[in-house]
Amino acid sequence: MKTADKIRREPLFHVVKRDTIPFQKAMLIRVLAVVFALLFVSLLSLFLIKANPFEFIATLFEGTFGSPRRLWKFAKDSAVLLCIALAITPAFRMRFWNIGAEGQTLIGALAAVAMAIYFGGKVPNGVLLVLMFVAAVLAGAVWGGIPAIFKAKWNTNETLFTLMMNYVASGLVAYFLLLWTPSGSSVLGALSVGHLPVIVHEYLLLIVAVLLLTVLVYVYLQYTKQGYEISVVGESENTARYIGIGVGKVVIRTMLVSGAICGIAGFLIVGALDHSVTTDAVGGMGFTAIMVSWLAKFNPLYMIGTAALVTFLEQGASQITTNFNIDSAFPDMMVGIVLFFIIGCEFFIGYTLKFRESRKKGGTDQ
Amino acid sequence: MNAFLDYLLTAIPLGMTFLYGCTGEILTEKAGHLNLGIPGIMCIGGASGCLALKMMNGTAIPPFLIVIIAILASFAAGMAMGAIYSFLTVTLKANQNVTGLAMTIFGVGTTKFIMLGMAGNPMQYLYALDYFRFPFAESTTSLKYNGVMVYLAIAIALTASFVLTRTRIGLHLRAVGENPATADAVGINVSFYKYAATALGSGVAALGGLFYIMDYSGSYEAYKSIEPLGWLAVALVIFTLWRPHISIVGSILFGMLYLAGSRIPTLLGIQLDISATPLLQMLPYVVTIVVLIVTSVSKKRENQPPAALGLSYFREER
Repeated sequence: MKTADKIRREPLFHVVKRDTIPFQKAMLIRVLAVVFALLFVSLLSLFLIKANPFEFIATLFEGTFGSPRRLWKFAKDSAVLLCIALAITPAFRMRFWNIGAEGQTLIGALAAVAMAIYFGGKVPNGVLLVLMFVAAVLAGAVWGGIPAIFKAKWNTNETLFTLMMNYVASGLVAYFLLLWTPSGSSVLGALSVGHLPVIVHEYLLLIVAVLLLTVLVYVYLQYTKQGYEISVVGESENTARYIGIGVGKVVIRTMLVSGAICGIAGFLIVGALDHSVTTDAVGGMGFTAIMVSWLAKFNPLYMIGTAALVTFLEQGASQITTNFNIDSAFPDMMVGIVLFFIIGCEFFIGYTLKFRESRKKGGTDQ
Repeated sequence: MNAFLDYLLTAIPLGMTFLYGCTGEILTEKAGHLNLGIPGIMCIGGASGCLALKMMNGTAIPPFLIVIIAILASFAAGMAMGAIYSFLTVTLKANQNVTGLAMTIFGVGTTKFIMLGMAGNPMQYLYALDYFRFPFAESTTSLKYNGVMVYLAIAIALTASFVLTRTRIGLHLRAVGENPATADAVGINVSFYKYAATALGSGVAALGGLFYIMDYSGSYEAYKSIEPLGWLAVALVIFTLWRPHISIVGSILFGMLYLAGSRIPTLLGIQLDISATPLLQMLPYVVTIVVLIVTSVSKKRENQPPAALGLSYFREER
């Protein structure tokens, strides 16, 4: 080493993989990342939209906590996002890159609306709701299952397959909308049937249902045999095969579950919120949900936090556009920047930098 | 004009939008990085090109220089996006899918922000439409969409194909994408190749956005449709089996498929029910799915993606 030193100096630092990191320290790094991101964004806003950084941050919080109405909206939006994030989590744990949650949710919503249109008024509301639920779950499961079957049989690239299925779903919605609106306007008014009952507040049932689902998914992934199989397949397919897990079977089954939960999200969007469907009913949440799930390290309980964080950012940013009277595109830009910071900070959780030891201190080589 | 020829002359320039994105993504994927940020990067490319055009509006710069500067601005913005992506995925070893999606969210949002800022007067950049449509700007047929950037796209794709298969640089790049540890062992600078390929690829992809706004579409709302086109460009990479020269044909085919919904009925002289339009518009996506399945079933070795695609490389990992 000494001779090598004369030729070339040891680099200033090198990267070492961490074995473990205390939970508090990991959280501290993440919180710091968010804080730095917000500082950066508020600085940026100073130049781009001439906003006072302090006012900017205050408005961000006002967007969510400013009034009870906003708080309810915040809870509702977080819940829907959380529901879709829950749906993709089993697949992502298996390293099956399902970026088709958008389409799986949309097709679920379409199925629910179809039930309401064809059976509305002919059966009691309770039965109709069950029909809608079953149809949405089945449709979502089919949409998720098709790419999984090909992945299991022929290792077809699932990322692009699921992505393309989004557009097929959106095309189907456009087709049925034309079919159902005789005028050809493609705008389906709010359905008069198939509404979920309102308990205390119009969003409460939705929020409680999603929280319940969170616990269910957590238990499924953490404490059941199937959840264990998913983790093994995700860690190493060879190991899974070696210990006798049918990888193909697990892939298909998990994607059916994943699609089915997306279907539930679609059902909730129709039954509790929109009472209708458009090609834009999911509005990109299928992609944002991937962030939510990944940021939470695919842990359903942490996802409550990450879904809330992302919704908080979006809602705060849209408040900024109102208060500062600027174009509505600033939120997307802001969310993107904050995501970069959070994605980047994961490096410092997984790895650590080892700096060159000073020679004077008698740093001895191994 | 012959209806079919008109169809083709519209499909070719639309296909070039795909071709830019596809060539860029191939370069990136050859280095082992799946960049799902391409749609966002294409948007940014369009927006920054338009921003450059706005700044040059009313100056005495000759038209051909205006076009070149706009192209360079778009390319530079794409490279900057590629550099961010590389920093996160190569240096910080972040998950490529997640980083790519964040790039797309950021890119689409930023583009909207920039373009809405110019929405009041789109002529701030649309004045240059005729410069981009050179030499057919005067044409009253669909020939006018086949401006200079169409040829640039083909030239870039052919160059990329040549470099990838016929030069030492291309060999090294492919080695990095197939097996970075081996490439590292023989002394290839893995990080450098990954950075360079991703940044250049993003730069090329960015031109697709500029081309779409300033030549093919030529409307102030064009930026809204770039993102879905970008996703098709990513899919086209698989369709063309990671070969830029095949993607020239593939992209034109995709262009034809994309327009099939509006063109086929008139071409065949049949009257389709209006509700059939959305179904026909699904065609390119369905065809992509079929191609995905067929290539995966056939399992030919030379048709497979780079072996290390999507995996971060850390030298000290075993």
